[in-house]
Amino acid sequence: MLKYLLKRFFWMIPLIIGISLISFLIMHLAPGDITTSEASFNPKASEESRQKLRELYSLDKPVIVQYGLWVKRMATLDFGTSFASHQRPVFWQTKDKDGNITLGMIQEALPITLLINVLSLILIIAVALPLGVISALKQNQLADRGITLFVFISFAIPGFWLALMLMYWTGVQHAWLPISGLESMGHEHLTWFYRTIDTLKHLVLPVFISGLTGLAGISLFVRNGMLEVLHQDYITTARAKGLKENRVVYGHALRNALLPLITIFGLSIPGLIGGSVIAESIFAIPGMGKLFYDAVLMRDFPVIMGILTIGSVLTLIGNLLADLSYAWADPRVRRGVMQ
Amino acid sequence: MLNKTHPYNFKKMAFITLVSLFIVACGNSSSNQSLANIDYSKTYPSTNGGTLIDAMTGEPSGLIAMIAGESAASTIAGNIFNSLLKYDKNLDLTGELAQSWEISSDQKTITFHLKPNLKWADNHDLSSDDVLFTWQKVTDEKTRTPYGSDFKLVTKAETPDTNTFRVTYAAPYAPALDTWAGLHILPKHLLKNQDINTTAFARHPVGSHYYKLDSWKNGQYLKLTRNDNATQGQAKIDHLLSRIIPDKAAQFLELSADNIDSMGLNPIQYARIFPARPDLNKNIALYKELGNSYTYLGFNLKRKPFDDIRVRQAINYAINKQEIIDGVLLGLGEPVASPYKPGTRWSNPALKPYPYDPNKAKALLKAAGYEDHDGDGIIDKAGKPLSFEILTNQNKEREMTGVLIQRRLKDVGINANIRVLEWASFLGRFIKPKDFDVVVLGWSLSLDPDQYSIWHSSQQAPGQFNFISYSNPRVDKLLEAGRLELNPEKRMVIYHEFSKILLEDSPIVFLSAGYGLSAIHKRVRGISEPAPPAGIGHNTYEWNIPNAYARTEMSEH
Amino acid sequence: MNKVLHNPLALIGFVIIAGILFLALIAPLIAPYDPDAINVKAILLSPSANHLMGTDGLGRDVFTRMLYGSRISLMVGFVAVGIATAIGIILGAIAGFYRGWVDTVIMRVVDVMLSIPTFFLILAVIAFLTPSIWNIMIVIGLTSWMGVTRLVRAEFLSLRNREFVLAAQALGAKDARLIFTHLLPNSLTPIIVSSILGIASAVLVESGLSFLGLGVQAPQASWGNILTDGKEYIQFAWWLSLFPGLAILITVLGYNLFGDGLRDAYNPRTSQH
Repeated sequence: MLKYLLKRFFWMIPLIIGISLISFLIMHLAPGDITTSEASFNPKASEESRQKLRELYSLDKPVIVQYGLWVKRMATLDFGTSFASHQRPVFWQTKDKDGNITLGMIQEALPITLLINVLSLILIIAVALPLGVISALKQNQLADRGITLFVFISFAIPGFWLALMLMYWTGVQHAWLPISGLESMGHEHLTWFYRTIDTLKHLVLPVFISGLTGLAGISLFVRNGMLEVLHQDYITTARAKGLKENRVVYGHALRNALLPLITIFGLSIPGLIGGSVIAESIFAIPGMGKLFYDAVLMRDFPVIMGILTIGSVLTLIGNLLADLSYAWADPRVRRGVMQ
Repeated sequence: MLNKTHPYNFKKMAFITLVSLFIVACGNSSSNQSLANIDYSKTYPSTNGGTLIDAMTGEPSGLIAMIAGESAASTIAGNIFNSLLKYDKNLDLTGELAQSWEISSDQKTITFHLKPNLKWADNHDLSSDDVLFTWQKVTDEKTRTPYGSDFKLVTKAETPDTNTFRVTYAAPYAPALDTWAGLHILPKHLLKNQDINTTAFARHPVGSHYYKLDSWKNGQYLKLTRNDNATQGQAKIDHLLSRIIPDKAAQFLELSADNIDSMGLNPIQYARIFPARPDLNKNIALYKELGNSYTYLGFNLKRKPFDDIRVRQAINYAINKQEIIDGVLLGLGEPVASPYKPGTRWSNPALKPYPYDPNKAKALLKAAGYEDHDGDGIIDKAGKPLSFEILTNQNKEREMTGVLIQRRLKDVGINANIRVLEWASFLGRFIKPKDFDVVVLGWSLSLDPDQYSIWHSSQQAPGQFNFISYSNPRVDKLLEAGRLELNPEKRMVIYHEFSKILLEDSPIVFLSAGYGLSAIHKRVRGISEPAPPAGIGHNTYEWNIPNAYARTEMSEH
Repeated sequence: MNKVLHNPLALIGFVIIAGILFLALIAPLIAPYDPDAINVKAILLSPSANHLMGTDGLGRDVFTRMLYGSRISLMVGFVAVGIATAIGIILGAIAGFYRGWVDTVIMRVVDVMLSIPTFFLILAVIAFLTPSIWNIMIVIGLTSWMGVTRLVRAEFLSLRNREFVLAAQALGAKDARLIFTHLLPNSLTPIIVSSILGIASAVLVESGLSFLGLGVQAPQASWGNILTDGKEYIQFAWWLSLFPGLAILITVLGYNLFGDGLRDAYNPRTSQH
């Protein structure tokens, strides 16, 4: 077991190097750099000054040298500072000598994205699990068809279109929900209780929209897993032994059908921290997706690399955890791993 | 329990979802319950108070404008910091921090006299030392600013006393005053020990203008509060709240729901949506002002056949500019014939844009050797069809302009394809290496007439702004003369002549200058109408919100 | 196939796919206008007998552009999935057949590709290849082959030691023959299912790219860019977003229903006996 762990762990190192190198190359081969932003296309800004900026950021050096500099910084876990956002720290806050704290960009964006995605994951499970089970139990009956149709419709609706229409309906036509952002005006004067309610109200639509797309995958997964298990011998045996149908379904079948879900959750970790640039733009939420997208458009290299590095490390850890917990939950796999 | 769920429920759910979507999409919201029925036609005396909420698509990177550079930063920082000079509502230069200024007889030295008793928001005195400090920072090699070059022309900067600041140039530099109108003066006492590139001051600024920063929630909003020490008098509105809403469609929804007071509009919103929506018109007023930029079609003059003036002029005649103004801007724009704001001193009133004349275009093309020899509908010369690519960046209006041009060029037998690119790729891959045929882009209608960096033949290196490679010795001479002449009357003659040659030469086709369109809630009073040349924003400190109309903040219900 | 069409949802999906393909094919015959014909005097007209789906911001007929857009959107779907499937089959087959270090390397590359955000890859590729409709297809294809690779590899791993494969190998069949006549045909169903579902995703990806301004570029119409154009007028010119939105919804739904039905029908473990 330990050997397996170590092996998996050491595999991560070349992978991370590979990911970072590929990302770094892609980033630098794409045309443009921080000095080619739209704002810098201003006759009052001279090319000499821009050249000077390039030198300050080492952008005039060969890519491989720049990569070396980056690796050197990363070796000390220094994510650097953003080119485009007035040298804000990419990852974690810094304090200057007057005691002013500047928050890190990822430090601020990550919790917001995590909150939305965890809430929507909970929503997905809460809805998809019963839908999947019902679908399996009523295979090929009306309920099954109806559920399948429903989850596929929810998957097929272009998200930003639905988002805008819901914003119009619940925000403009009826003042049920706030339209965009995370806080209402005057939020800071409220007590924590009303502040929480205010924020939750702002999160209803974003969570709903991002939950909708994930619904189909999980509910079909549960349905098919259930069907597979229900057709297996030990279920037939359990039924033959005269166990109540409820015991069979919830005691045996569901538990086994859910096992593979663990893997799915492990694999969804990158999605949890990735955020969605489209949803975040529409709802004006400063999350990871928007941060990354803006960084790419601005060619803000330290931010791009910071997000990709943290993302890939978490992805790899997520994969590993998924495999491990699956092995832990399923004795057959556990034996396989141990050998 | 789960088993008992009626199978139809889910179908019903799906059905209801669809139906409600349809209702949402089709329903013309007849009544808006969120908007209270307030009569905004009453007049009130101008009072202090209230909060003005607007929306911007991007977040400022910091509030030190010389480093940040983007428009979101200069808009916000412009409410916090002063410059020595400013443009008044008629776009003439006037003093801001400076009470007066003198130009020496050799035109090389400018002396600024500051207004008396100026204070920073933190109650420190504001003196000529701060101005000198700011100049030192903007010209410092270590400062990461792209705007230093204008100020590096100053050979000597001095402060004879706390209220006087004097700069000397090696040679007369006519655009100098304009550059001082664009430099925000920074407080020395807070920045002298800081690295201006990384300082937290960029996010906790202290200025001297009408407002000071109250709070900044990253990615969400910036809130400004009135500065009691303001050097230019007191603004009426207590707070300015700028919300960051990247999506324009979401902004418009927020405006409709009365969650923001003002936003910039596009022509369709202005000319089509508002007239059709009495519920919006009841509460929101529309404003229109002369824009600050023009759209053009620029030729790569290093490429054949654009080195031939007849081809350039032919394309100029072939394009229907009025059609672009009507189609893309819905009539909300003006034709331009020079790179200056129509109606201002620098704009030559004698110049008229090339009329739409496809026959003249065809004749010119024929004279240049282009005819449809092989009968495929596309004119050719020496077996080569006249076919090129129109390049533009991701901007809906430029894209539509390109489509209209493409069609008109087809009428005279020219085949044009359109390519739209993300900005950094556009600049890095095509403009900088000059690898393009024709671009559709915009330039600003600058307040100072000097456009040396755009048109002078010496400004063609990669990354410089004369990327179309325009080179005309007469124009070069005029541009050089214009930089040395500080007398506005004489400068005007120079730039009128320059505009005339530019129009004849047709290195670019002037397409249109769109109006700046904005929607502002009727609770906001004191807005000049019609807008003066400087636009409605020239007197924001006089804008006010009567108490009866002030928005109620969210309270604990 | 019969089994599939007994499933009413799969049948609906099939009808939708066939219907939209048919409309796309005969688009030039039934389109009432030229898709690029600008008419600045007929901007943003609401649907009427003359313009079934109204007109857009340049006075172009939305119905016509929807018809032509269906060709583009579907083509993007088919070509992108074609590319992804081809890459996926080749790499998955190699990995699953030869196993060992080849497998390890390929699967690690898959891991790397999966942990770099798709749209970053797309943006980078667009930067190299200049954006055009073909390049959008190539880009979506080049960034979505990982799933197929995993699938084919898993199929091959499970088929590799079956008797019929071992028997063929014992009879001296070459690797290529084994792969193409024994292993691949037996993995075809899941590949087809994943391709069909992939087309649906590609149509959605194209509309997402259009939202970001990276999709099919003007003046060419795709459902994605018609929808994006319409989003700013969602309160006023509802026809500009409703029709492309519904078209995308129905198409994606159709492919998903059909693909899912197909999977159900051919999966011995979940289909009803």
